[in-house]
Amino acid sequence: MAKYTLLIYGDPAQWEAMSDEERKAHEATHLEFMAAAGDRILGGEELEPVMTATTLRGSVTSDGPFLETKEALGGFYLLEAADLDEVLALARLLPEVRAGHSGVEIRPVIDHG
Amino acid sequence: MTSEIVAAVADAHRRDWAQVLATTARVTRDLDLAEECTQDAYAQAMVVWARDGVPARPGAWLTRVARNRALDEIRREAAFRRRLPLLVTTPESPGDDRLRLIFTCCHPALSRESQVALTARLVCGLSTYEVARAFLVSESTMAARLTRAKKKIATARIPYRTPDPDEMESRLDPVLEVVHLLFTTGHTAPTGPALIRADLTAGALHLARTLHLLMPRSAAVTALLALLLVTDARSAARVAPSGRLVLLADQDRTLWDRARIAEGQALLTDALRRHPPTRFAVEAAIAAVHAEAPSWEETDWAEIVGLYAVLLRLTGSPVVALNRAVAIGFRDGPQAGLDALEPLTAEPALATYTYLSAARADFLRRLGRRAEAAAAYEEALTLTDNEVERAFLTARLESL
Repeated sequence: MAKYTLLIYGDPAQWEAMSDEERKAHEATHLEFMAAAGDRILGGEELEPVMTATTLRGSVTSDGPFLETKEALGGFYLLEAADLDEVLALARLLPEVRAGHSGVEIRPVIDHG
Repeated sequence: MTSEIVAAVADAHRRDWAQVLATTARVTRDLDLAEECTQDAYAQAMVVWARDGVPARPGAWLTRVARNRALDEIRREAAFRRRLPLLVTTPESPGDDRLRLIFTCCHPALSRESQVALTARLVCGLSTYEVARAFLVSESTMAARLTRAKKKIATARIPYRTPDPDEMESRLDPVLEVVHLLFTTGHTAPTGPALIRADLTAGALHLARTLHLLMPRSAAVTALLALLLVTDARSAARVAPSGRLVLLADQDRTLWDRARIAEGQALLTDALRRHPPTRFAVEAAIAAVHAEAPSWEETDWAEIVGLYAVLLRLTGSPVVALNRAVAIGFRDGPQAGLDALEPLTAEPALATYTYLSAARADFLRRLGRRAEAAAAYEEALTLTDNEVERAFLTARLESL
């Protein structure tokens, strides 16, 4: 088994613009993902919007995310799976994969064990 | 060393490389080590076969040698740490090893560039130098690309297995694209003295045959094999003894490999009967129409135009639109061809495409508009580095 992070990127403006109904459907799909992944999910969070981010670089403290891009990190999951194919199959269930402005980046986690 | 031994090893290389490496990879669980052991087995074959004769089953001999070397290597390091660990999941029949290797090399999590490089090196057995030359990069760049790709397989844990039946169709697409790309790269080498790189075309053709053998029910695979066979059947006529490029229009059709064309046509018929046509099936159909024509003039251009229209719907590719425009020119005359090309000159994807300039030049030449034709040939010349193509365009330019 190995650990992977699923980094969810997207356009915060479009996430903000979701109607109540869309948001409900969005969250329901996340619940379906969590049900499918079961105890393979080790953790995960939805992040507050980038305007709340603070970045430290050297002696400079700045207001905002590390990368000033249109798309921002909106949340993540930490998953445990046997191989990449297993992760890919699960990640495809996430609503951000289908919404045009967002996507999911899968990064293997270094095993220090 | 006798030439017989060299030929036997070359033959075994062509036929068995993928099987030897794929089987060894299952033992080593490390692509790098499997590659090394396979390479070593072929080097040993040169020496041992020269001394003891060519074994009855060269493939089995090579697999055994590569496997034993791998086991030695693993035993030697008591705490053997795999450099690039490979996830071997389900134990399957040995016949599936090659497929497993192909699908791993063409995994969608790898870039097309990496997929092609890995397939050429690990499945077709081309040397890193040969792969580098085919794709116009230095040997060290290609070596780095291969290492990076193998590292991704290891660290992201791309499993060494064939896809489940429900994902087979989507997983097959990149495989077919890669085989096709290897073939076309060899069919008109992007650079160098020769038009055709037979090592690439032969490797791709062998790979397509292997896929067809292992997946006989896949219409997409059948169509691709048909396309490669019918296209390859014409290669002897594409280059004159002087090395000059010979256009389809001017080819000596008696040089075409009729057996290969017939084999391709039979496969195409079979593929079309079973499935709505894929891109490769339509391309094979176009190649087959050309193959059936007794001469360039007697080609069924109306059929060709129609098939290109189908292909354009399937792919939306500007290059296909260009081919359709050229076919219209042969059906309805050079002015109609020129008119059909006109909208494509604004297409950004074709801005540096040699064949658009060359096609315009040809229609202008046939219309007697010499100055414009010369300008178009000169434009085409600035866009290609293939020496055989350049010689052809220069000859046309001088004939004006």
